[in-house]
Amino acid sequence: MRNPIEQLNKLFDSRVRIGIMSALMVNESLNFNDLKALIDVTDGNLASHLKSLEENSYIKVQKGFIGRKTNTTYTITKAGETAFRSHLNALEAIIKNMK
Amino acid sequence: MHQEDTANPLKTLQDIHSIMERSARFLSLSGWSGVWAGCTALAGAAIARQWLHQAPEGYFHEYSKSIPIDETNGDYRAYLLRFAMLAIVVLVVALAGGYFFTMRKARKEGATLWSPASRRMVFELAVPLAIGGIFAFVFLYRGLEAYIPAICLVFYGLALINGSKHTLSDIRYLGFFEIALGIICLFLQGYGLLLWTVGFGVLHILYGIIMWSKYDRQAIKDKA
Repeated sequence: MRNPIEQLNKLFDSRVRIGIMSALMVNESLNFNDLKALIDVTDGNLASHLKSLEENSYIKVQKGFIGRKTNTTYTITKAGETAFRSHLNALEAIIKNMK
Repeated sequence: MHQEDTANPLKTLQDIHSIMERSARFLSLSGWSGVWAGCTALAGAAIARQWLHQAPEGYFHEYSKSIPIDETNGDYRAYLLRFAMLAIVVLVVALAGGYFFTMRKARKEGATLWSPASRRMVFELAVPLAIGGIFAFVFLYRGLEAYIPAICLVFYGLALINGSKHTLSDIRYLGFFEIALGIICLFLQGYGLLLWTVGFGVLHILYGIIMWSKYDRQAIKDKA
């Protein structure tokens, strides 16, 4: 059997990125402020993590407007869902091995 | 660089679960909201019962079994309107109190009241309620006010079941009880006010106490 630790996704090493992915797994789409309220993180920090997830096309970004204010919403992609699921499976496998 | 964050896989999975739960469901509903709504309903029902007792001779046989002398009678319309006004006041007072206690709980937990989950919960609750409101209005207008308690109970129950996906799943069971009472009410003429009082008064208070001891008390203990 392959070592499950090797199957952990390096991209999901951070609490913030895990938070973003978890929230987007169960919500069709969320905007920047929704995510910020959920994950307790500074604007700049959240933005940089969103950027890296976007660059790996795990999430999709839609820029829109509410009145004159910009409203950017984030959606998980199929690739992101698959990657996050296998990361979860790897975590579970590690826990099972520890027992 | 964030290695320390995810060093413990069990903790990570728990965090994931918690974020999924918090972002998909609005969990700050307070048990006190239920108790408040129930007490408001009991008070409203007591006033309604008093009014029924004081009804002019021949308006009603017994509670909420309507035998109007003459449906076109203006006095009778005015009499019904008083009940409709009472119902609206009870609804507003119950909602205001429910909002207050839930806001207080959300603030204590540091949660936001207006999150995507709470927006969805409100929407899912509002759809069956609005449709039920239209039904109740039309039935009242057609002189079928005896069916209004049943309509209120059934549509309220449907709203709770619908909204339970986005909040504490316990309100689903409250929904089933409300629907059961509403259906009994459909068949059992003359017990409208009584069943309404049980559904909106007694059940809400029971639900509120159960929710309070299940979630709120635990939270207070955790803090202590």
